[in-house]
Amino acid sequence: MSERLATIASASGLHARPAALFAEAAGALDIEVTIAPKGAPEDEALDASSILSLMTLGAAKGDEVVLRASGDGAEAALDSLVALLETDLDAV
Amino acid sequence: MQNFSGVGVMPGRVIGTIRHMPPALSEPPAGEKLDASVTAEQAIAGLKEAAASVQADLRTRAATASPEAKAVLEATAQMATDSMLLKGANKLINTGLSAERGIWESGETVAQMLITLGGYMAERATDVLDVRARIVAALRGVPAPGIPDSTDPFILVAEDLAPADTATLDPARVVALLTTGGGPQSHTAIIARAMGLTAIVAAKGLEVLESGTEIFVDGAAGTISTSPGDEERRAVAAWLKNAELLSVFDGEGVMADGHLVPLLANVGGGKDAVKAAAAGAQGVGLLRTEFCFLGRDTEPSIEEQVAEYRAVFDAFGSKKVVVRTLDAGADKPLPFLTDASEPNPALGVRGYRTDTTSPGVLARQLSAIATASAGSEAEVWVMAPMVSTPSEAADFAAMCADAGLSIPGVMVEVPSAALSSESILGQVSFASLGTNDLTQYTMAADRQLGPLAALNNPWQPAVLRLIELTVAGSRAEGNHKPVGVCGEAAADPALAVVLVGLGVSTLSMSARSLASVAAVLKTVTLERAGELAQLALAAPSAEAARTVVREALPALAELGL
Repeated sequence: MSERLATIASASGLHARPAALFAEAAGALDIEVTIAPKGAPEDEALDASSILSLMTLGAAKGDEVVLRASGDGAEAALDSLVALLETDLDAV
Repeated sequence: MQNFSGVGVMPGRVIGTIRHMPPALSEPPAGEKLDASVTAEQAIAGLKEAAASVQADLRTRAATASPEAKAVLEATAQMATDSMLLKGANKLINTGLSAERGIWESGETVAQMLITLGGYMAERATDVLDVRARIVAALRGVPAPGIPDSTDPFILVAEDLAPADTATLDPARVVALLTTGGGPQSHTAIIARAMGLTAIVAAKGLEVLESGTEIFVDGAAGTISTSPGDEERRAVAAWLKNAELLSVFDGEGVMADGHLVPLLANVGGGKDAVKAAAAGAQGVGLLRTEFCFLGRDTEPSIEEQVAEYRAVFDAFGSKKVVVRTLDAGADKPLPFLTDASEPNPALGVRGYRTDTTSPGVLARQLSAIATASAGSEAEVWVMAPMVSTPSEAADFAAMCADAGLSIPGVMVEVPSAALSSESILGQVSFASLGTNDLTQYTMAADRQLGPLAALNNPWQPAVLRLIELTVAGSRAEGNHKPVGVCGEAAADPALAVVLVGLGVSTLSMSARSLASVAAVLKTVTLERAGELAQLALAAPSAEAARTVVREALPALAELGL
């Protein structure tokens, strides 16, 4: 299991368009990635490719979240998703 | 040829093919079990397939949609196959529930979660429920609910439209709107007028027409016929020529003898106000302030309100803006003001009456209006909705004075207010007739009910009589206090003539109707309008009143109104 900590950079937080773009990117991967608020138990982590889960997570700009994945390519996949979270997608 | 008729609510002559609005989707019964011939695995696979087809369908639609609609459709498409939604449903299917019931409940859970989060998330709950309904429709093999998708323009036939449906009504695709239910003052009718969409409501029997049937619609006459021929095609061509003329209002409502009738606009916010000002409106006769409040869990701050009101005042320079204080209740519930459990909300604590159960909200709103007014050039008048007695009028006038607002008035919507207008106008500076509610209360007929459309008609002589009494009360009071009309009745060019003939001094309407009302008023003198008003008052029925007045106004037929 690989893990990464990321800080939400999008001005509107992880809703609306940023959430849609992130969920789409996570869904396009061959491996399952979960997302959870920093400090939350691992078994409460949510499916990162689910737009509805991301919305109920309610992460705001500046909030820290933990991404987890395992299997082939997990490291590279997590790196790309962290980069996405740390970009202000509202400005793209 | 088959003929149908209903109540025309927006003039226009159109030939086109019809499409029916699919019936609302029924909820899968609670506890509906998986069919014995299907395993849970098969049901889960079927659900996945249905979700994927809904997603594909929404993506296809997104590809040809306007940029604004595209974003919504793409987000909704993404939700269709969302793991949270589907996993929730799969869990329920594994307990033995049907796929339809499983996705229904799972969608409900997710929607509730979003509603609890509030704000932007709560707004997305509607999208989740929309997706859920589409998936259930796909599982059942029936058309998806909502306005049918078509790349070609069509005439929409529906029983009635929900506010959510009207929001997705694309005037480039829907060229006319026909409903078998609803009344002339239902929200469908109000939306059609605001959009300038040719519309007829309460047209019974249209269900029998097949989708794709070509028909001719005359929105002014309220008639529909199949197999249109040359005569109908000429009528459409003539209308299109007139429509150009009727799209421009020169900014002065004047009768044939030079009598001035200021034509004002009903607006619901800053953007609306800018459009109305551009359409030539001589001011605002009704600013609905609910737009600041609806869809919120808590009262907006005074600062927020000031900014919203200010945007409207600024659109009209030094002209008159009549602000109606918050009209919550009945069909416009607000969680922090109204009690949703009232058995009879139209007769409940609504409009001005909410000040007795939730004091403070109105005083703060008046203070916000006063602040917004102080920094603007507009001539600001303020009126309270649902006032029934002179003492309520006096209390409201005192509250306005406390807030520093100098021109207080009341809406006359309740028959008691019309009957006691002399005493009421002794307390305030003006009155404005809200004909939609005045009709509903005079006739004891719910505005939203199709079967009561004939009763719920502002041409009813009894309603006209109350309007006449309201004006007579003002004359008896002696200080020439103005009585205007800000209900939908003012947007009907023939009825507008009658209202002026009854002594009404200003008319306020949806900005789209200004040009047609002005065009007809121009052809009549005040004296003639008075004669026509008397004919309408003496008529035995609403239909007879309308017919006798319309026959005396040849301009209506010439203009296709």
